Amino acid sequence: MRNVKILLSFFLVISFQSLHGAQRIVCASCEYQSISEAIAAAEPGDEVIIKSGVYKEGNIEVNKHLYLIGEGWPVLDGENETEVLTITADCVFVEGLVIRNVGTSYLVDRAGIRVKKTKHFAITNNRLENTFFGIYLEHCKDGTVEGNKVIGQAKEEMSSGNAIHLWYCERVVVENNYVTGHRDGIYFEFVDNGHIEGNISEANLRYGLHFMFSNNDDYTGNVFRQNGAGVAVMFSRNINMWDNLFEYNWGRASYGLLLKEIYDAEIHHNTFRENTLGIYVEGSTRIHYHSNDFDRNGWAIKMSGGCLDNKIHTNNFRYNTFDLAINSPPNNNSFDGNYWSAYTGYDLERDGIGDVPYRPVKLFNYVVNRTPEAMVLLRSLFIDLLNFSEKVSPVFTPANVADNAPRMQAF
Amino acid sequence: MITIQNISKSFGSLQVLKNLDLDLKQGGKITAILGPNGSGKTTLIKSILGMVLPDAGSITFEGGAIKGKWAYRNRIDYLPQIARFPENLTVHELLKMVQDLRGGKPQAEHLIERFALKPFLHKRLGTLSGGTRQKVNIVQALMYDSPVLILDEPTNGLDPVALLELKSLLDEERKNGKLILITTHIMSFVEQMADEVVFLLEGKVHFRGNQQQLKERYNAASLEHAIAAILKEEPLEISANGHSKTKARLIFSTS
Amino acid sequence: MFKILKYTFYDLMRSRWLYIYAAFYLLLSVSLLWLGGSVSKAVISLMNVILVLVPLIATMFGVMYYYNSREFTELLLAQPVRRTHIFFGQYLGVAGSLSLCLMLGLGVPFIFYGIFGSTEIFNFTVLLLVGLALSFIFSAIAFFIALRNENRIKGFGLAILSWLFFAVIYDGMFLLALSLFNDYPLEGFAIGASLFNPIDLSRILVLLKLDISALMGYTGAVFQKFLGTIIGIACSALILLLWVVIPALGIKRIAMRKDF
Repeated sequence: MRNVKILLSFFLVISFQSLHGAQRIVCASCEYQSISEAIAAAEPGDEVIIKSGVYKEGNIEVNKHLYLIGEGWPVLDGENETEVLTITADCVFVEGLVIRNVGTSYLVDRAGIRVKKTKHFAITNNRLENTFFGIYLEHCKDGTVEGNKVIGQAKEEMSSGNAIHLWYCERVVVENNYVTGHRDGIYFEFVDNGHIEGNISEANLRYGLHFMFSNNDDYTGNVFRQNGAGVAVMFSRNINMWDNLFEYNWGRASYGLLLKEIYDAEIHHNTFRENTLGIYVEGSTRIHYHSNDFDRNGWAIKMSGGCLDNKIHTNNFRYNTFDLAINSPPNNNSFDGNYWSAYTGYDLERDGIGDVPYRPVKLFNYVVNRTPEAMVLLRSLFIDLLNFSEKVSPVFTPANVADNAPRMQAF
Repeated sequence: MITIQNISKSFGSLQVLKNLDLDLKQGGKITAILGPNGSGKTTLIKSILGMVLPDAGSITFEGGAIKGKWAYRNRIDYLPQIARFPENLTVHELLKMVQDLRGGKPQAEHLIERFALKPFLHKRLGTLSGGTRQKVNIVQALMYDSPVLILDEPTNGLDPVALLELKSLLDEERKNGKLILITTHIMSFVEQMADEVVFLLEGKVHFRGNQQQLKERYNAASLEHAIAAILKEEPLEISANGHSKTKARLIFSTS
Repeated sequence: MFKILKYTFYDLMRSRWLYIYAAFYLLLSVSLLWLGGSVSKAVISLMNVILVLVPLIATMFGVMYYYNSREFTELLLAQPVRRTHIFFGQYLGVAGSLSLCLMLGLGVPFIFYGIFGSTEIFNFTVLLLVGLALSFIFSAIAFFIALRNENRIKGFGLAILSWLFFAVIYDGMFLLALSLFNDYPLEGFAIGASLFNPIDLSRILVLLKLDISALMGYTGAVFQKFLGTIIGIACSALILLLWVVIPALGIKRIAMRKDF
């Protein structure tokens, strides 16, 4: 699936380049002094080469099949008043531009680059600085957003936009971008069959990556660091997530990954490191977690609401304050076959599997769920004793939440 | 020098001193304070040193009331009953500490020689035998030249040679005109050394005088017999306090 | 007072128990640092040990020292020295030598590991300060208990009980109260209750510095907001100081009245 998409966009780029028409050069002493002029004069399929310089032309609409290519980082400045580039035609290619100063608006979602109801586009290697929304795609199909740097200065959620925003799109590839300082790093709403790979999303106010009502998407090889929360996947189906790094999403309501009302997902080979919550799950079904590393999180996994038929195996849980919290009636979730650094059992048969089950839910967990203030007793001797006595003879903690085959060694 | 007026002291329900009066004016003599256990000997001594605070009455030292004072203790040398010191200090350090606390110039050298303590000077106190510790105790108590000397069971654990040294030391101090108070259970030591006997019973001074007077009064051949006679003389009072009677018998039958 | 302190210190600095005590911390920090491989992890593990062990050892050692040196104290009482100076000197000697052991046992390995170049230096310093405060607090409590009780067994019993109270029972009652009044807003109570137990206060101070406050949710944020400020820090330092001063006043009061 993923390969098909990549192949597709590859052919797309090839075909663009083989069909190039005339070159229209824009600079202070060239044939065209402004980009708008060049676009107006160009025939579909032409290249518009923009030389370095600062262009303050307000909103520029690209309404025909063109190649917009910046040379020497020309700057398109919106002077904090207007959206800069609006693409309304199919087959538009934008590369090497610096777009800055879109300006905050509470009325319209202005963007550095807006792509509107088109297909076959590529936004490649641009720099967007201080744009309210960075790259805004609506009703688009079959395009790529690649290698862009989108750097914002968001201060609060209400007055900030998303770096890369997709709304009602299909088959779009978002690759190798760097996004920071926005409300959400990458935002998907009603986006199907999207592919997100190799991006770095850090220090965004809300989420590094946000899915809403999107199906059959996947993301891999991304880094989500120091965001309000790493990734939020909500009301979506068939989202696959692998090889990502979620780290330092640390704060009162922070988590590496939030799953809310999602079905049928694969989460594997990810690393969750030092997040307040590694994965926070609210009502999710048939999720398959395997081969992940959970290191030094507050809670590795916290489940609440109805969580059914989830499988958690072959993961490493290392030095988390709490490995697991379950705040919902125990359902047929399986936790067998993980490595838990807190496991103190033994392995007499030497088959690498502990002979006594590991119970990842501590009594203190249960107490804290009921009385959050009790958290101030974290790491006190009394709590250690409490946990110990519960471990020896479980009374409060759910008996069926256990790893019956805990591994002695990390994977 | 020391005037004790009408002091009383109770520990809980047990009254140890009852309106006790004692006047110790004259230096140059050794006064033995005797009495059965529980008669208040140690309490009396500790009251003088300010370690026990009497419930009533007053004690004056060289004309000043001692209550709440501490500097007067610079003029008293005290040998505590049990010689236990910080285990990890050396003998030398202990002596230096006492000097540090009291100031002045102690004369420890000749005492160290007399009690043959030189080899032990740099040993830790915890490693010393009971007798050696008692010798150290004596050195720390007698190395100052204070006008009053209070010795609580000074003969504890001493070997005969050291005992002889102690006796001759006390003789010298008496000649130097010091006021010396001793409590002991060793009657032979009292017979040899004491110029005066103060016998405490039931928290009061029952008898005070020299040994001759004591023997004459109770028509006894020796000090031990005289004391036995005192205890017989007071059968009612003693049996009123059976605890002290049995103890008294035990003590005096052994000595 | 300083003379007594000095000799108490001399005496204790040669005590086998203190060597063992210092060696224990040395071994512990070395193994945590070199086997665990991270300063912040070592600090967290050490915190767990220090919060339990420092009060326990300070209590036991304080009581033990007092009872063991009772006869020697009598000798000191017969010297021209103020009574209060004797006991304060001994107390400071005990607390000081325990603190020195802690500082050497923790400090040396951390310095060799390169704490001065690490960003964790502040966390480590808080841990160390808390350890020192606990040494002083619990040896003061121990001296107070020992002075009040001539009976050794009773004294030891009460000392262990007081440690147990602060280390375990208090938190148990705290938790019970929290669950009983679950329906009320409890942040204020939680702050108040943990301020009044030196062990709890120390634990929270270290945890906040280690930025575990995020784990504590809303309560943690309230704590952070209070204890993270200069006023909060001054307040907790003051409370820890009070925990030294109040038993010390008790020591003084008893020392003035007691018969020996």
